[in-house]
Amino acid sequence: MEDEAFDVVVVGAGIAGCVAAYRLAEAGHSVVLIERGSAAGAKNLSGGVFYCRVMEQVFPGFVRRAPVERVITRNCISMTNATSAVTVDYRDERLAEPVNAVTVLRARLDSWLAEQCEEAGVMVMPGVRVDELLLEGGQVVGVRAGDDELRARVVIAADGVNSFLARQAGIRPTEPLENLAVGVKSVIRLPREVIEERFSLTGDEGVAYAMVGDCTQGIAGGAFLYTNTASLSLGVVLRLDDLVASGRSSSEVHDHLLAHPSVAPLIEGGELLEYGCHLTIEGGPQMARRDLTRPGLMVVGDAAGLTLNTGLTIRGMDLAAGSAIAAATAADRALRSGDLSQRAMDVYRTELDGSFVGADLATYARAPHFLESALLYRDAGPLAADVLHGVFDHDLTPRRHLVGTARSAVKSSPVSAAQLARLGLSALRSL
Amino acid sequence: MPLLGSVPERLAANHYDVDEEESHIEVDQDAARRTQAGPLLERVCAARVYTSQPDGSVLVQAAACLECGTCLAVAPPGVLRWHYPRGGFGIAFREG
Repeated sequence: MEDEAFDVVVVGAGIAGCVAAYRLAEAGHSVVLIERGSAAGAKNLSGGVFYCRVMEQVFPGFVRRAPVERVITRNCISMTNATSAVTVDYRDERLAEPVNAVTVLRARLDSWLAEQCEEAGVMVMPGVRVDELLLEGGQVVGVRAGDDELRARVVIAADGVNSFLARQAGIRPTEPLENLAVGVKSVIRLPREVIEERFSLTGDEGVAYAMVGDCTQGIAGGAFLYTNTASLSLGVVLRLDDLVASGRSSSEVHDHLLAHPSVAPLIEGGELLEYGCHLTIEGGPQMARRDLTRPGLMVVGDAAGLTLNTGLTIRGMDLAAGSAIAAATAADRALRSGDLSQRAMDVYRTELDGSFVGADLATYARAPHFLESALLYRDAGPLAADVLHGVFDHDLTPRRHLVGTARSAVKSSPVSAAQLARLGLSALRSL
Repeated sequence: MPLLGSVPERLAANHYDVDEEESHIEVDQDAARRTQAGPLLERVCAARVYTSQPDGSVLVQAAACLECGTCLAVAPPGVLRWHYPRGGFGIAFREG
């Protein structure tokens, strides 16, 4: 025990890593936060909507103090087709009081989080790539970065979706492609006033669009458009099994979105600030059933596969924060008791299962299965548009009641009424 | 012409700290030819890091890499040796 330099080493200065490090420093432990980017946030990219209520537990006044972009008060869910779109447009002032979700740009947010860590006494080490865990008799005792070894009583792996540390520990096997999706995103600069006028927003209000269908050329996944203060975050998320099967290129699908009739007018005149991509985990609930610990090791956030796509909401950052809080609680207890065994680490699991993270992962356990339906990405959009076309297109044929219009739209669609009923029922139960 | 320019033009707007001494991506060209992985890698990579050659080998432009890990996830076993660039090198997002 003589050369133990730190109580805790946290690998990765994203949301999970920063929250865990901050909590443990606040509790009086010596903490090092290692980040491979030249600064916190340099390697991080997210779609951009953060359901941030959980952050108030860690940083009171988070929304006021942190560099957030806009408060989401309007959510648009859109089924897009080649020449039409059917959109549910939900605007509600209650979403701003209290603030429920905000848009963020990670280069700014994560560097702020790392600053908070530093102020709380965390030693932040940017520009260092951790290569592997140090193991002694099955106990994780630190990390190796190049020729340097850093010893710690507890290691928290917050090293993102590709987590090489979780792989080394045998926690994350090679993922099947249906569990993964690639996000390709552009950040597009537009003047503040143009954004507010174009999206009918006032002040710091923001809108989040979730789109499926032709916007991804029918590939399973979806597209998103989020308003930042003076830019838009716009991109596609493509499930890897379907992307590979489609034979299409990820960047061309992204280009198709930019030129899509539902999107092109919204980004007109914009200037590209940044183009990036990021891997995400789709089968969150299944992934989270795996173990997340080894003696001396806890895996949090994306590294643990903690994401939730319910079709309507796409979450990851809030689960990252929630898992970090749970891990920090368990690590604090382990450090105080001196018990760093598997049993002590598993307190993290109990804390996680008892939190909103565990509850929501259980609630949405069937969502990934629902989202596998090709019906959703290829046939549902045209059908919805056909029904509405039948309602609004007054071609001088005698009008019919909605039920007749719908029945003939279903009849000319490749989808049967029974399939639709099953999809609807499954949506109500899974989402 | 795509709305926001070609992919190489878009990447040029990004900030990279390029590691001139060490590439973080290596392709086993024999395995690539055997598994015909080239066209697949070329398609899935949003940064167009990979270019499939007529002889089945794969050209790599590691400096353009956005470090997402998609190529590693889809590549047949044995084709890629891929890890993150050395600390401080590679893409540095300014927006994210």
